[in-house]
Amino acid sequence: MTFASVSAVTVTLLLVGVFFVIMMNLNKMATTIEEDVEIRVHIDVAANEKDKDLLEEQISELGGIKSITYSSKEKELDNLIDSLGDKGDSFKLFEQDNPLNDVFIVKTKNPTDTIKAAEKIKKMNYVSSAKYGQGKVEKLFKVIKISRNVGMVLIVGLLFTAMFLISNTIKITIMARRREIEIMRLVGATNAFIRWPFFLEGLWLGILGSIVPIAAVSSAYYYLFDFIQAKLKDQEHFIQLIDFNPFVYQLSAVLLIMGAAIGIWGSLMSVRKFLKV
Amino acid sequence: MIEMQEVSKTYPNGVNALSGINIHIEQGEFVYVVGTSGAGKSTFIKMMYREVRPSEGTISVNGINLSKLRLNKVPLLRRNIGVVFQDFKLLQNLSVYENVAFAMEVIEEQPAVIKRRVMETLELVGLKHKARMLPTELSGGEQQRVSIARSIVNAPKVVIADEPTGNLDPETSWEIMNIFEEINLRGTTIVMATHNKEIVNTIKHRVIAIEGGKIVRDEAKGEYGYES
Repeated sequence: MTFASVSAVTVTLLLVGVFFVIMMNLNKMATTIEEDVEIRVHIDVAANEKDKDLLEEQISELGGIKSITYSSKEKELDNLIDSLGDKGDSFKLFEQDNPLNDVFIVKTKNPTDTIKAAEKIKKMNYVSSAKYGQGKVEKLFKVIKISRNVGMVLIVGLLFTAMFLISNTIKITIMARRREIEIMRLVGATNAFIRWPFFLEGLWLGILGSIVPIAAVSSAYYYLFDFIQAKLKDQEHFIQLIDFNPFVYQLSAVLLIMGAAIGIWGSLMSVRKFLKV
Repeated sequence: MIEMQEVSKTYPNGVNALSGINIHIEQGEFVYVVGTSGAGKSTFIKMMYREVRPSEGTISVNGINLSKLRLNKVPLLRRNIGVVFQDFKLLQNLSVYENVAFAMEVIEEQPAVIKRRVMETLELVGLKHKARMLPTELSGGEQQRVSIARSIVNAPKVVIADEPTGNLDPETSWEIMNIFEEINLRGTTIVMATHNKEIVNTIKHRVIAIEGGKIVRDEAKGEYGYES
């Protein structure tokens, strides 16, 4: 019976652990993508330095603005030429008569505020246009929001399944010991006295059951982290896993606490029905 | 000692197990509870240690009103009542000594006191030499003696026995009755539900007969009164 209970904790925590790692990393990727969302405010060519300063001030006063970076039209052209590689050379002709605008690159503290901020900036004086990847960004935010919600629901669902599974397994163990509980009650044991060994047993089962998932998830993540980072080292960002340290230690602590908590919970819930007088 | 006034019990399934029960049992009495199967004897017995609560009426044991007894005080009541069952209710993985000591451990008695009292009690029931054995290594009579030892180890004022000789042969039943007699002689009240006509008619004590959930007879030094 003890083996069955420990196995139930092990299997469920292994699922929770793997899922947790996937969710946390997906969340990190989503955050990285979100943080890449920016508003490119094209400044009207008619604006002088004073107008630009005024515009920057107006933007910063919007609230929720994380950063405003100025990029001159010359720098914009250099970036364009660089980004096109060999083909960019033909654009060098424009260095004499640069048709591009000076730009403010605006980032909001909360990426989802980008759209609202862009709409407000568009209405400001000396703003030629404010672009943020309209259409695509809304879809991106929607996808990220849905995936986060689905992830949360799955984690919560998984936790409830784990509790149910463990509670049932321990219930079977306790059914086998109901005679012991019955006799304890008959000779005058208090409920606290009866619960105590089951509390310790639940705690012990939970901790024991969390050892394998902690070891498995930690070592798997160690190799996966090395493997994926080696493959993606040329990439500047987008897909980057959460650093091994301290993530794996935090995850181990979460799994250990979760194991102990559901072990105790399952044990106490199961013994409860035998304590009613 | 034990008092019931206008006690009735109707179970949630509608079965009316007892109705209009009035009894008074004095400290040190020995009382047989007799009646056919399903008459209400078990409900009557279980009410005394608060395993079953009455639907109506009041029960008082050792001066405690069970009708008003809060749930968390039930263990305290049971520490002053010993209970013996037909099926012994021993823990098979514990030795004779441990089964008896268990009743003292749950009330968190001192280890030295436990050791002394358990050995004294095992001597009283004649099982001191088998203290280390498991229940499975004992005969039915010996197992019942362990159960009796467990019920009296905390020196309760009352011992309630629900057909304690039901699973035993006649000779062993007499041995068990002798132990109950000895316990009773020391001043402990005994309430025993039984189907054993020979015992009731030979070792004379008060007899309460229950039929259809009502007391139909209550006689000092009575007879069994049924064909067994």
